[in-house]
Amino acid sequence: MLQFVIKRLANFFLMVIIAGTLGFFLASTALHPRSNYDGRQPPIPVTTIDNKLDGLNMNDKTPIPIRYQHWVGGLLKGDFGTTMDETRVNHEISTRIWVSLRLLLVGSILGSVIGVLVGVRSAVRQYKFFDRFHGISAFIILSTPVFLIAILIKFGAIWINTKIGHTLFYTIGEYSPGLEEAKSSALFLNRIQHFLLPTLSITLGGVAFYSRYQRNTMLDVLASDHLRTARAKGLTKRQALFKHGLRVAILPMSTLFAYSFGLLITGAAFTETIFGWNGMGRWFILAVHQNDINSVSAVVVFSAVLVLLSGLLADITVAALDPRVRLR
Amino acid sequence: MATKVKLEQDETFSRGKLIRVRFFRNKLAVFGLFGLAMLFFLAFVAPHLDKFKWDQLDFDNMLSPPSLSNGHWFGTSQIGGDTFALTMRGLQKSLIIGLLVAFFSTGLAAIVGASAGYLAGRTDRALMWVIDLLLVLPSFLLIAVLSPLYRGKTWLVFVVLLAAFGWMITARIVRGISMSLRERDFVRAAIYMGVPTRLIIFRHILPNISSLLIIDATLNVGGAILSETGLSYLGFGVQPPDVSLGSLIAEGTNDAMAYPWLFLFAGMILILTVLCVSFIGDGLRDAFDPGATGGQAK
Repeated sequence: MLQFVIKRLANFFLMVIIAGTLGFFLASTALHPRSNYDGRQPPIPVTTIDNKLDGLNMNDKTPIPIRYQHWVGGLLKGDFGTTMDETRVNHEISTRIWVSLRLLLVGSILGSVIGVLVGVRSAVRQYKFFDRFHGISAFIILSTPVFLIAILIKFGAIWINTKIGHTLFYTIGEYSPGLEEAKSSALFLNRIQHFLLPTLSITLGGVAFYSRYQRNTMLDVLASDHLRTARAKGLTKRQALFKHGLRVAILPMSTLFAYSFGLLITGAAFTETIFGWNGMGRWFILAVHQNDINSVSAVVVFSAVLVLLSGLLADITVAALDPRVRLR
Repeated sequence: MATKVKLEQDETFSRGKLIRVRFFRNKLAVFGLFGLAMLFFLAFVAPHLDKFKWDQLDFDNMLSPPSLSNGHWFGTSQIGGDTFALTMRGLQKSLIIGLLVAFFSTGLAAIVGASAGYLAGRTDRALMWVIDLLLVLPSFLLIAVLSPLYRGKTWLVFVVLLAAFGWMITARIVRGISMSLRERDFVRAAIYMGVPTRLIIFRHILPNISSLLIIDATLNVGGAILSETGLSYLGFGVQPPDVSLGSLIAEGTNDAMAYPWLFLFAGMILILTVLCVSFIGDGLRDAFDPGATGGQAK
């Protein structure tokens, strides 16, 4: 088991390094920070631009490998460089990472747990009303892009707010400005009111996605001999299902969690943009529009780390649940 | 003699016919097929029946709500563009991009997956490593970063990028099946007869996974449309003056509370398109392989 984890960890670091390198090279080739200064009146002297870009390590007159050396040199000291707006990338990350992680963690946990439960119930009640209803709604949700789900939720909430004549849901930002000084309970309630809608828009897709797979794996398990044995030895249906059924049926799901985490990050980028949360995803979109190579590379590294971490977590879960994997 | 008669009977009920019968028995799949046919008709024929063109502005009717009397069936935009014509234009783009991307990404997945599974050894490890690497980086991030490369150029570059970053999961599945096909007698026979590797892959491996490829290509159409509209929504996809359903929704949502028709029609048509495609894909899966997990999943 220990050897297994060490091997996975080594692979993890290798992948992060390669992903980061790829991200930096792609961003440096595709983005042109110099174009930000085009068409200014009066025109900025070329030497001024050069000096500024040199300071940012984004000067296209320096060959990319040399800029890459600078970037890696900074990274080794734990420094991601400077953004286009002259703030430290590290500073941006330190404030934004929690915004994104809150959304991603709560969204993925809620999405997977509810998804698994709905899937199990669908499988147990195959072809009954619950199964059919959930099947159709999952189809519709999976056919709706995340940004459209978020938009519809947002306008639905605004419509409800105007109907009841009171702001129940907030649709922009993490908390209302000016509330930082308020009592902590008021601020907490306010944060929850802001938190509900973005979380809902991320969770919905997850529930639809996971429940469809969970239903299929659960259906396979429901027909298996060991579940009949469990019932025969006197367990109730519920005990047999959750103790012996779900443990087997959830195995293929753990791999799925890892694969779908990239999609979740993408979904979070849309959700953050639409609900005005200053997280990593929104930052990334702004950074691409601003030709900000350092910020873009930082977000690429961040998402690679997250995807790999979820993969590692999935591997460990599988190893913990499935003795056959441990023995191999 | 008896066997010959039986064979003839089997021929009258060939595999293709069996699949067709199973497919058309599935109500949702038929709904999907019919819906998609309607959408294609709407996208490519209806604009010719409309008296307004997508790039034409009607200055007498700006921000007009949907109405039959002034000819703007879906209303007009802030500058007097006909929302119906714009939506149809966007639907054309999204449909074409979805089909092209699905075709190329499934093709690439088939070739890479089958090569990895059949050749095994070092080739397999190298290809799997590339797949793992590409799966680590969300395709959305990569395409968004590369978007300046096709800004102001043809949207075909966008198609190539969508296909280039969308084939990995299918390739993994194809690889798994190819690995087991490699051990089958007909492939062994071909090897011993000296058939070149390339021909074995194209003539013996790929035809045997064609049903999987057809199903995956169909489902990939939906996935490609979702990626395309998402990127276009953020301005990384189809570039103005051209429109896609994603960019239309992005423009329409600025004033969506007051003028909901600006994005609602595009949004509903987008959902309907992807829904129809996934109904067809699911119906095909049930028709090809009724016993598979995921069969009957409604």
